[in-house]
Amino acid sequence: MKYEVVIGLEIHLELQTCSKLFCSCSTTFGKEPNTNCCPICLGLPGSLPAFNRRAIELAVTAALVLNSNVQLKSRFDRKNYFYPDLPKAYQISQYDQPLAKGGYLRIETDGNYRNIKLERVHLEEEAGKLIHSGESIIGSDYSLVDYNRAGIPLLEIVTAPDITCGREARLFLEDLRSILLYSGASDCRMEEGSLRCDANISLRPSGSDKLGTKAEVKNMNSFRSVELALNFEARRQAEILVAGGTITQETRHWDEEKKLTIPLRSKEGSSDYRYFPEPDLLPLILEDNLIKEISAALPELPAARRERLKEQFGLDSSEAALFTVNRSLGDFFEEAAGKYSDYKNLAKWVQGDLLYYLRESGKTVEEVDPQQFIELLALLDAGEINRPVAKDLLNEMILKGTSPQIMVQKKGLGRISGDEQLLPLVEKVIDENPGAVENYRQGKDKAIAFLVGRVLARSGGRADPGEVNQILKEKISRG
Amino acid sequence: MAIDFGKEVDYVAQLARLTLDQEEKKRMAGQLSDILDTARRIQELDTTAVEPTAHVINLPAVLREDVTRPSLSLNRVLQNAPRRQKDFFRVPRIANKIPEQAED
Amino acid sequence: MKLYEQTAANLSMLLQKKEVSSVEVVQSFLDRIELVEPYVKSFITHTPAMALDMANAVDNRRVGGEKLHPLAGVPIAVKDNISTQGLRTTCASRVLENYIPPYDATVVETIRRLGMPLLGKTNMDEFAMGSSTENSAFYPTRNPWDLERVPGGSSGGSAVAVSTGMAPLALGSDTGGSIRQPASLCGLTGLRPTYGRVSRYGLIAFASSLDQIGPLSLTAQDSAMLMNVISGYDSLDSTSLSEAVHDYTVHPEEDVKKLRVGVIKQNVSESFDPQITAAVMKSVALLKDNGADVDDVSLPLTDYGLGAYYLIAPSEASSNLGRYDGVRYGYNSGGDNIEAMFSATRGRGFGPEVKRRIMIGTYALSAGYYDAYYLQAMKVRTLIRRDYETAFKRFDILVGATTPTPAFKIGEKTEDPLQMYLSDICNITDALAGVPSLSVPCGISSDGLPLGMQLAAPPFREGLLLKVAGFLEQNRDYLPLRPRVKLPEGGEV
Ligand SMILES: [Mg+2]
Ligand SMILES: [Zn+2]
Repeated sequence: MKYEVVIGLEIHLELQTCSKLFCSCSTTFGKEPNTNCCPICLGLPGSLPAFNRRAIELAVTAALVLNSNVQLKSRFDRKNYFYPDLPKAYQISQYDQPLAKGGYLRIETDGNYRNIKLERVHLEEEAGKLIHSGESIIGSDYSLVDYNRAGIPLLEIVTAPDITCGREARLFLEDLRSILLYSGASDCRMEEGSLRCDANISLRPSGSDKLGTKAEVKNMNSFRSVELALNFEARRQAEILVAGGTITQETRHWDEEKKLTIPLRSKEGSSDYRYFPEPDLLPLILEDNLIKEISAALPELPAARRERLKEQFGLDSSEAALFTVNRSLGDFFEEAAGKYSDYKNLAKWVQGDLLYYLRESGKTVEEVDPQQFIELLALLDAGEINRPVAKDLLNEMILKGTSPQIMVQKKGLGRISGDEQLLPLVEKVIDENPGAVENYRQGKDKAIAFLVGRVLARSGGRADPGEVNQILKEKISRG
Repeated sequence: MAIDFGKEVDYVAQLARLTLDQEEKKRMAGQLSDILDTARRIQELDTTAVEPTAHVINLPAVLREDVTRPSLSLNRVLQNAPRRQKDFFRVPRIANKIPEQAED
Repeated sequence: MKLYEQTAANLSMLLQKKEVSSVEVVQSFLDRIELVEPYVKSFITHTPAMALDMANAVDNRRVGGEKLHPLAGVPIAVKDNISTQGLRTTCASRVLENYIPPYDATVVETIRRLGMPLLGKTNMDEFAMGSSTENSAFYPTRNPWDLERVPGGSSGGSAVAVSTGMAPLALGSDTGGSIRQPASLCGLTGLRPTYGRVSRYGLIAFASSLDQIGPLSLTAQDSAMLMNVISGYDSLDSTSLSEAVHDYTVHPEEDVKKLRVGVIKQNVSESFDPQITAAVMKSVALLKDNGADVDDVSLPLTDYGLGAYYLIAPSEASSNLGRYDGVRYGYNSGGDNIEAMFSATRGRGFGPEVKRRIMIGTYALSAGYYDAYYLQAMKVRTLIRRDYETAFKRFDILVGATTPTPAFKIGEKTEDPLQMYLSDICNITDALAGVPSLSVPCGISSDGLPLGMQLAAPPFREGLLLKVAGFLEQNRDYLPLRPRVKLPEGGEV
């Protein structure tokens, strides 16, 4: 029998607010443990939650860009379970009246577009962070709890069981991240845990519309591990089914080292969350106007930007894609393009040398001044400097922020050309390399390249090789 | 019709994370049956088309501005911690080691 | 003049006229505490040094010519489920025996700001679950009118402190009668405000949709003075209300002409102690004689109130009390894995009544039972509210007995939780409806026990309740208002 894979994702991402969802503690990442905590986010007896307006606006923004239907009235519920990272033994979340229902995200796989359907988008609070005494939760003798993260606003996005393989899951997540970065709702840093993904995966006979028994896969820490874990799990389940076995409904833990999933022991009855309406919070009623305002203020989204970049600047697909995925690089390009009209050349430099030197230096594109970058290209275009010098200047500009024009003036890096400037160098090289000159005279063409190289070296790279070649040949034949 | 709460006690105690001894369980089962028998009388009422009251206040939530305020000092955060290690709360083992399944 | 015998209003006057200092006032109450407390045990934590310090600070400000609030220098006792920064707050539970809150409840912040010296934290039923203060993990509080009897609960410690002159004012909390029932059993005025009138921030939650902080005092005017300062919107409590706060001050010339009074049939039931019903009807007659329009009213859903309450309150409690898991604060049993630690911490840390309610609530919310129990209870709550809305179209206030019987014997109901729950039968529906409700003394039984009458009004009309209570107070024809505490070894204090 042939099987098809059915995957649904549950994505949690932290919204970019200054303060937490229900208290005024800072959300800053990386603070000393337990220093961003107050009675509310520690769940101290007697403390009560109070909504953060910005968190709600960002959640609405995210819901809108995901084409989800924002509900004018939604409600918060308590999800009750015991876990040491959960200060109140319940998470304030949304159950049967979520912030937004439905929606979809359009993804592209091998040139085909597909809408991955969403079930819901809702708001809830983040839990604290556990640091295990051993390598992982399994087998650790004890754990330490840091509640700095507890109470940060979290957006939960639940997809329909609409994804068919690990690769599609990864593409979905990449596009999701990109669109949410654009919306400004979240910084989506998986490595800092501000974006996390769990997956439900099951197999069913091809063509069937009944869902098989699923496993929930957790602990996937990168988009790549989502792909690997889901492919592993699909294969594992297929092997069991082919061998006539049955799948156990369970939670499985992705082991990044061994590249396999293992079952996490589950307590019987532990999934009875006893949801009920949060009595400490009144229902959330959104004004129609607020939704309209947020809607009107939405930034341009990736798909639209990609198309516009092609149209407006004549970029090819891969350039447009790069400047969309790498949003700040795209922003840099657009700002520079405002003052520099050779878009093709600009794109070539931005994605080539600029990106190369940024990587080399560990700097970010935000640290580079587009105005200086254009100056550099203008110097090159005007023939004031040559390419090797331009590259050196670019590197120095990235490292020190010095204007290329000033560097050229200060260091005298302008181009050397004409007999007046080049002849002395040429004569010197001829004097110093009689053997090579002799070889050239005897018809060995390679010798001239050697001599050109010497002249260029003496010029500090500021001479043009063609011109040097010409002057050299003339001088040798004349002299 | 009385509810036999005896069967439920273990499950509910586990859900509520309450260790109960045998004596407590027995007494609890009897008392809870009585209480729930009384409480169950509300099921006589026809509540079709009646909206539940989760809050007696019929107002929407008031929203707070997204501004930060100083958190508690670390000392205050940890002053009541039953088990503390450095600047953390400490808890015992969370998950047991599970023998890896044979993969075939 | 014995200062500890004075009402808060009188003390306020004496202080404002500089006839006495706050230190003198506080010392008088501290002396009284030393004398009476060993017999009644109404406090969990005493704070004499803090009270004197606060009194001293107020006196200095007054001497310095500062304009002070009328309550400045008037001491107060606070129920031990209201958080006090730096001061142990136990909820009368082993679980919180050594818990020191790092913050003040909003009401505590208010009384500190006004300069009301804090005399101590009062005893209560563990987590406010109970009607007799016998469920305290530490010791029961005794009724000063008869030391063999309970003071009611859960705010029994606050009630006894005021009743015996150990504090002129006290804060209690009322979830389903926990202010009004002990007020009634101890002969005091106790007010449960409109839900949302007083900030709950810092009140350790029992049932969040029902809990309210309120005053217990000797007179309506004293409760009014305290209400004037604790009422109002608090941005830290999303369920507090921004409705303008009235001046609750009770004037001696209050009248009840044209007041529409509904006597709730179910709360003057034949099954109640006849002395209570008689005392309530006597007060009703007094209102009528003074121009009130009186009629009977039936609130048929009252019969279902108990069922709805004992599903809603424990459900919310089961969730509110999940946080006592031994990780961040409170009792920790130890244990070699997290599940063992959670269950043993909670199993050993909580007393029997708390565990009972956690079990009921967990059950009522669990999969498969939610609709039949919790959801149905919330729908019945809607019906109960409608009952009140209908009744308040005809009446300004609804009256009846506060309790079916006067104070019962210690130990009498401890083995039968359902009988204990029934002692709140008159108090529960007001709480479910969220309306303000007050108990005012209306007589003394043949055994010398206080009897109480309960008055309810539409939301935000606590001022009316206090006014009517003040009127009844002016016209009461029995004595005493305070017990002489008969000591087991003979003599009285
Ligand atoms: Mg979630
Ligand atoms: Zn906080």
